[in-house]
Amino acid sequence: MWGYYLQNLINSMPLFLKGLWMTVLVSALSLLGGSALGFITGLARSSPMKPLRYVFSVYVDLMRGTPFLVQIFIVFFILPELGIQLGAFAAAVISLTIYAGAYICEIVSSGIDAVPAGQLEAAKAFGLNRFQQLRYVILPQAMRTILPPLVGQYVLLIKDSSVVSVIGVTDVTRVGWLTVQRIPEGLMVFGLVGILYFVICYPLIRIANRLERLMTHDRIRL
Amino acid sequence: MLEYFNFRVILQYLPLFLKGFLATGWISIISLGGASFVGILACVCRLSKSRLLSSPAVVFIEIVRSTPLLAQLYFFYFGLPTLGIRLTEIQTGILALALNSGAYIAEIVRAGVQSISLGQVEAGIAFGLGLLQRLRYIILPQALGVTIPPLLGQAIVLVKDSALLSLISVFELTRAGQMMTSERFMPAEGFFTTACFYLIFYYCLKFAANWWQKRLIFRGV
Repeated sequence: MWGYYLQNLINSMPLFLKGLWMTVLVSALSLLGGSALGFITGLARSSPMKPLRYVFSVYVDLMRGTPFLVQIFIVFFILPELGIQLGAFAAAVISLTIYAGAYICEIVSSGIDAVPAGQLEAAKAFGLNRFQQLRYVILPQAMRTILPPLVGQYVLLIKDSSVVSVIGVTDVTRVGWLTVQRIPEGLMVFGLVGILYFVICYPLIRIANRLERLMTHDRIRL
Repeated sequence: MLEYFNFRVILQYLPLFLKGFLATGWISIISLGGASFVGILACVCRLSKSRLLSSPAVVFIEIVRSTPLLAQLYFFYFGLPTLGIRLTEIQTGILALALNSGAYIAEIVRAGVQSISLGQVEAGIAFGLGLLQRLRYIILPQALGVTIPPLLGQAIVLVKDSALLSLISVFELTRAGQMMTSERFMPAEGFFTTACFYLIFYYCLKFAANWWQKRLIFRGV
């Protein structure tokens, strides 16, 4: 019986690969969107303007304080009530983007805050304008603190993308869920799902660890 | 949109939400207890010199951290019955949450343990303390102080992750929102109320973490 199920599972491998592609696609799109959103809001959050900082720290709190499952339900079920019709795929990408943006905002703004104040004062003394201060003085130094947790955040994003399966996006998790109705061997089916996620996430985790070691090592040498 | 927002229905469903709130609370507390146990155990194994203990711990931690909780949850939910192990949905959910958070807590505790200087451990050895005594009297008391803020951060993640249990039909906060939505077809009221209740957990835990952090700085740690 076990061998029969295994054969069956191997036969449905193309479906799993299709699901994997969907996972990668959703994650990649929201990774780009989330990074853009996160960097913009992160810069705004560490700007000297108090109302701006306040608004974006509320955004971060709201996104970090509620489960992604609830957020995706809100986007998927409530936007249509406001007259915005979204497919499951678009809803998934939008909600993941907003969610990841909040975490990246936090990472970016704490990276910027970690740059010593003297650096900014020196940049001002050199007569650099606001854009130049950011581009040539603050960001290059902040990137060192930002990069390792940013890659870690990308891993979290890929893992969180499994939740979009509940609104009907056929990613790997959903393919596993559909397959387990046909092949009642949960350990085998979700073992395979786990392996597929592992193949993507594990190298990224290694990269994040490596970056972290590299960056701290560099700092000590300075 | 706000003119359509029906507060009367929310009030009517408030007992249901409160029940879900309490359910999320106790599920999280039990899972956090289990996760702390798993985490400390995995961390001790990982830091031990014997490869027989450390490699399984490393494999466990890496597997858990590289796969999504939802896949782990389904793995236990659909997988355990095929092994002949019958657990209720709540037990399955708590098991998955405890193992998942346990791996993260192991890393948090490891960072805390490694922040203790080697001299402390060596002094313990010099005093003739065994491994368990060193853990109990030297390492853990110092490591726990530093690990409390990130541990509370993990508690926030755990509370939010427990929302996924609603997908294997455990009754908790998100399930309450889903029930209200399906009975009254009011997704806005249902899910915004759910989100508000989660924010209560979030702000309490965040406040506690900040308070402890300030205390640590005050004590000069």
